[in-house]
Amino acid sequence: MTPDDAPLKPQCQEALHEIYHLLAGEIDDAKRAQITAHLDECTPCAEPYDFYAELRRCVQERCRDTAPPGLIARIAAALDHEPH
Amino acid sequence: MEHMSSLYSAALRMTRNPADAEDLVQETYLKAYRGFGGFEEGTNLKAWLYRILTNTYINTYRAKQRRPEQTDLAEVEDLYLYRRLGGLEAARSGRSAEDELMDLLTEGEVKAAIEALPENFRMAVLLADVEGFSYKEIAEIMEIPIGTVMSRLHRGRKALEKLLYEFAVSRRLTERTPDPAT
Repeated sequence: MTPDDAPLKPQCQEALHEIYHLLAGEIDDAKRAQITAHLDECTPCAEPYDFYAELRRCVQERCRDTAPPGLIARIAAALDHEPH
Repeated sequence: MEHMSSLYSAALRMTRNPADAEDLVQETYLKAYRGFGGFEEGTNLKAWLYRILTNTYINTYRAKQRRPEQTDLAEVEDLYLYRRLGGLEAARSGRSAEDELMDLLTEGEVKAAIEALPENFRMAVLLADVEGFSYKEIAEIMEIPIGTVMSRLHRGRKALEKLLYEFAVSRRLTERTPDPAT
């Protein structure tokens, strides 16, 4: 069963539409509670929600670079030359 | 200098080149030290540093990049990536969806997909979905109205889904499609 199989109920439409905002923490409390309750009882909506939650984590993990040690030293030296 | 690695990561996604990213971060710290823009005690230090970083990038580095923006931003439907890859979720193999996505999308592919986004969308997506800033903070960092932040995010996220899918396809990983019976 996927959301493709049947016409979406309005609650499903709203939940699916708000996935990114929900994941970004940009939904007010009342609406968040309403959507979360819906996700708890609607598997066809919970699946894409979980997928996008994992995607967000994956993108964050994949984009973590470490500043090169040389850069840290260079900036420390440059700051030393600034008037205090 | 607690935020240096995350500033450096963002600088890399912006400039798409390590030498420029290093210069951009250094300049950001110097401007911050000199009190550029005025930091108010009690406000968010990280957001303030990103504001300087973003400003400096736009004013200094963007001008010299001039790389044509070629991403096709034709309308992409909701749940684009899920509908194409979601079936790979490994209920079948007993692995987590996260492991599955991490297998599908290598570090190089995720970085390349973000770096391929047109600049305005790239900055918004980077700040919201990689760095985790609120929409309001992004509006302040980019100095644009919050409605503009949201529309850039809307299009940028969809464009990113499409690019990620194209990378996954190009590695032919989507051949592992779900059983039609499920």
